[in-house]
Amino acid sequence: MTRRTRQRLFLAAAAVVAAVLAGGLAGLPSFGHATAQDGRILDAVSVPERHITDVVTAVNFDYRGVDTMGEEFIFFAAVAGVILLLGAQPDEAPGHVADAATGRWVPPTSDAVRVLGLALVGPTVLFALYVIAHGHLTPGGGFQGGVVLATAVLLVYLAGEYQHLHGLYPDRAIEGVEAFGAAGYVVIGLAGLALSGSFLANWAPLGTVGHLNSAGSVPLLNVVVGAEIAAGFVLLLSAFLHQTLILRRARAAPGAGR
Amino acid sequence: MSVLAYGVAGWLLLVGLWGIVNSRNLVHQVICVSVVQAATYVLLVAVGYRAGAVAPVFAGVRVGTVAVDPVVQALCLTDVVVGTTVTALLLALVVQWHKRTGSLDPDQLTGRDESD
Repeated sequence: MTRRTRQRLFLAAAAVVAAVLAGGLAGLPSFGHATAQDGRILDAVSVPERHITDVVTAVNFDYRGVDTMGEEFIFFAAVAGVILLLGAQPDEAPGHVADAATGRWVPPTSDAVRVLGLALVGPTVLFALYVIAHGHLTPGGGFQGGVVLATAVLLVYLAGEYQHLHGLYPDRAIEGVEAFGAAGYVVIGLAGLALSGSFLANWAPLGTVGHLNSAGSVPLLNVVVGAEIAAGFVLLLSAFLHQTLILRRARAAPGAGR
Repeated sequence: MSVLAYGVAGWLLLVGLWGIVNSRNLVHQVICVSVVQAATYVLLVAVGYRAGAVAPVFAGVRVGTVAVDPVVQALCLTDVVVGTTVTALLLALVVQWHKRTGSLDPDQLTGRDESD
């Protein structure tokens, strides 16, 4: 099929999709007048019932906690998938792949990037821990904080070389942290089953509204999710950067391919 | 004004699909999938919006104040996580495809392993 035929076919199909979509959207409540009652109820009960001031976190880690467990395992499976896909294939060895764009000039990392990158590592880690720890109070939580935490590792990479970064942490330990995060969620859920009679019930003392130490088991869930997401992203980063390492070795030893 | 948010969601969906159909680079095509998914974020947040309402965070805000729907915002979080994983997996496939064939052209995706 030529590009032009494909474009015409798409435009015809898109017109149908747009018409159906417009019809569907027209049936929604008009913008600014949300009518769903479950959201209203959750807004009203989250603070008195669960001592959670961030209702989005209350939905994710308490009222809808089982779904979030599924979500966490989706991420876990995807990380495993990426590591599997980017692993060295049986017929591959470092140096097998040649850089397609040879002869280009790669500028060295500037001092400004190095200094700023390293200077930001500390504040980034601190901010990540803050976001994870305050998930039940203000917007944030394990997912958001975990990603920020993984960014700290990316900053080290930007400020230096992949080789330096790789010396910073062993992949095995990171894998352990990720597994701890995934398993921790289930263990906290099972504790709810044992102590309160249902899986992922909020079993820990609820504490005072607005205090860091409140909202029962929700902060614990945020910590394990934060660990899993941060470790997962570091593993993703490692897997993609490993490809870069293979390419670099190929450039250092030309003719290594078949 | 009231149709703008829904219009943006519809536009993002269609323009992303146009990008996928028309793409000349696999990395670009993966980003187009993300654009399509961005339509769902806009739609979810728009559906839960109440005029003049606060964010569903009652830190320093009295319980009972009219807030926007927290359920769709929680769904949005799920959506973002799924979007990230889909992008990561697709990019991993692109990296392997480029290694095997040296090409990033979607039109070259024939299903045959050309390195053999």
